Amino acid sequence: MRFILENNRLIPEPLAKERGKEAIPISCFEQLPSFPVHPHFSFSAELLSFLEGKQLLLDELPFPIELLQAHYEQGYIRYEKGITKTTKGCRCQRCGNEETHLFASFFCARCQQPCTYCRKCVMMGRVSTCTPLIVSCMPVRGQMYDDALHWHDTLSSAQRSAAETVVHAIEHNEQLLVWAVCGAGKTEVLFPGINRALQLGKRVCIATPRTDVVLELAPRLKQAFPYLPVIALYGGSEDRGKTAPLVISTTHQLLRFYKAFDVMIIDEVDAFPYSVEPMLQYAVEKAKKEPSSVVYLTATPNRKWQQEIKEGKRTAVTIPARYHGFPLPVPAFEWCGNWRKAVKKQSLPRNVLAWIHDRLAGQRQAFLFVPHIELLEKIVAILKKLDAKIAGVHAEDPERKEKVAAFRKGELPLLVTTTILERGVTVPNIDVAVLGAEDCIFTEGALVQIAGRVGRSAQYPSGDVRFFHYGKTKEMIAAKKHIERMNKEAAKRGLLKTK
Amino acid sequence: MTYYCFICHAPYSPVVSWQHVLTLKNLDILCEKCRRALLCISGETCESCGRPFQHLDSSYRQGPLCTDCIRWQEDEDWKGVLTKNRSVYLYNDFMKEVVSLWKFRGDYAIVNVFQEDFSREFFRHFDDTFLIVPIPLSAERLYERGFNQAKALAELLNLPIHDILTRHHHEKQSKKSRRERLQTENLFQLAEQICLTNRRIVLIDDIYTTGTTLRHAAKLLREAGAKVICSFTLVRS
Repeated sequence: MRFILENNRLIPEPLAKERGKEAIPISCFEQLPSFPVHPHFSFSAELLSFLEGKQLLLDELPFPIELLQAHYEQGYIRYEKGITKTTKGCRCQRCGNEETHLFASFFCARCQQPCTYCRKCVMMGRVSTCTPLIVSCMPVRGQMYDDALHWHDTLSSAQRSAAETVVHAIEHNEQLLVWAVCGAGKTEVLFPGINRALQLGKRVCIATPRTDVVLELAPRLKQAFPYLPVIALYGGSEDRGKTAPLVISTTHQLLRFYKAFDVMIIDEVDAFPYSVEPMLQYAVEKAKKEPSSVVYLTATPNRKWQQEIKEGKRTAVTIPARYHGFPLPVPAFEWCGNWRKAVKKQSLPRNVLAWIHDRLAGQRQAFLFVPHIELLEKIVAILKKLDAKIAGVHAEDPERKEKVAAFRKGELPLLVTTTILERGVTVPNIDVAVLGAEDCIFTEGALVQIAGRVGRSAQYPSGDVRFFHYGKTKEMIAAKKHIERMNKEAAKRGLLKTK
Repeated sequence: MTYYCFICHAPYSPVVSWQHVLTLKNLDILCEKCRRALLCISGETCESCGRPFQHLDSSYRQGPLCTDCIRWQEDEDWKGVLTKNRSVYLYNDFMKEVVSLWKFRGDYAIVNVFQEDFSREFFRHFDDTFLIVPIPLSAERLYERGFNQAKALAELLNLPIHDILTRHHHEKQSKKSRRERLQTENLFQLAEQICLTNRRIVLIDDIYTTGTTLRHAAKLLREAGAKVICSFTLVRS
């Protein structure tokens, strides 16, 4: 949409036809004027509620431009630039992208001139030089819910003390990192904090990079807060356009929010690929109110964060023990020679084959992690000769869900996989091996998550974790130390079951 | 310098061969995985519409033609309106995603990915004596999308483009059945009075599905005197 500037007021081109001034794309104005709120204006409650706490495109607003313009002139909404100029190039104001290779230009039929757009968030509708972002100037107000939490499970003592720290952080609008080992029961740790936030009339958002985590969390939260409006936002979700005191969202959907939440909870903050992406951080900064509380949840904080915790620069609480009170299985390293060469010859190193044989003979289910899809296919072909039921699964496998389900049912003895299963998938009573643990894809975080698949249930709290390698790496050593340190801390704090 | 794949945005190392060095051919802007997933139509195809016969049940084929094209030929109104269609890519799941990102999400720059294949295939079937006519969008749809995908494809050919068609706003084609599509009055108009006597024309569009849209345009051009009207599309669904 192009605008003209008249009497220090922006007017959208379709409403300004007869005035004879040249209309230009919104991003080409030096400054965008805005107005103080006119208290006697009979505003549209429907529009303001639709736009509450949001930053949206015109295409996302089902209202006529005349109505939007009236609310702009009366100070209820603001037009913002979709793309701004920086010293190096451009910035997308919706997703924060500044990488030159993720911008492109085309001759735009909307503004009749070459127009630059952001390729990074184009999945959410195109933001270009002529695209205004519409925000509401009205502050987001919460509603108080006195006893929303209906949940009678008990927390372990480690969970309880972490939960109390979360409550404190939320009450005082502070930042907190919850470092909870795989299988600690970190979702439950949030319940008292969310409940407290709701009592105080705060709005809460749980953000996570992955749709499957949103889908897994939503029913658990709806169960714990049965009478509370809870919405789940992901690509294609039916809750799109709705607002609620408790929102569970993917990173992408979070980009549509603006000063909306008093409490932001970021789950699996290190999850691939967003740990290397600044977009989540940008989305969080934009979606939270000022002041607000940010709670990060992770089993595997990156080096930088671990260092900051050590130096006391970052407030963190650890849950070093699993909810069932048994220690984390510690990985064993085993050298297996040049396994890639063996794979080329349609074989696997002898000790790897022996490990697999033992699982098959002992009828213990296992995951075998391998570094890449190409290798996965070759290794599955080799292993199918041992047992035709052995299967492989990778991120883009169309039968991914079916295979994981079959494995859960015990129909497959061994599942060969890439790192996609490192988090989220929990199957009781399994062993885990990594072939080629020295590959750079297996970072400390990935290896800790892989080891964390074993011994999750209280009935089967132990199992074998084996890293087959062709030369130990720093990451492997860091992962092992990480796990041992957590066990040690758990023992010291008396959180482990004594035999 | 790091190269990022134009579709999946992952860093990759482009394959460099002697061809690139000797002919100054550009390096691929796609990673190998994405490039491999775009499949050019090859092997036996329907003589008329360019539909690949591979993977097509034999009951849909009669000699050199597919049953759809036979149906068109049996219809007195539409017989011979479109001389032939040729398309570049198979409409596989990956291609569906790419086209959706390009056309519906509006990632215009994706068109660059098709440059080489689109141009090469065009000159395999046609030449520069043909008039290049992209299928237009209605004014409303053009504003909504910001660009006309057919024109973006036509621009890849580096030949003069003749915008001689216009289109009225109708509901989306994809929501209609074949019968409904056939019965609607002509979607297109000639933009100006132009003499097409004995001209040969190639219509450019993104997708050939039933061929109705292209035949509507072809019929109009034939009535204006054009001798041969073919079509060339990015994908054949």
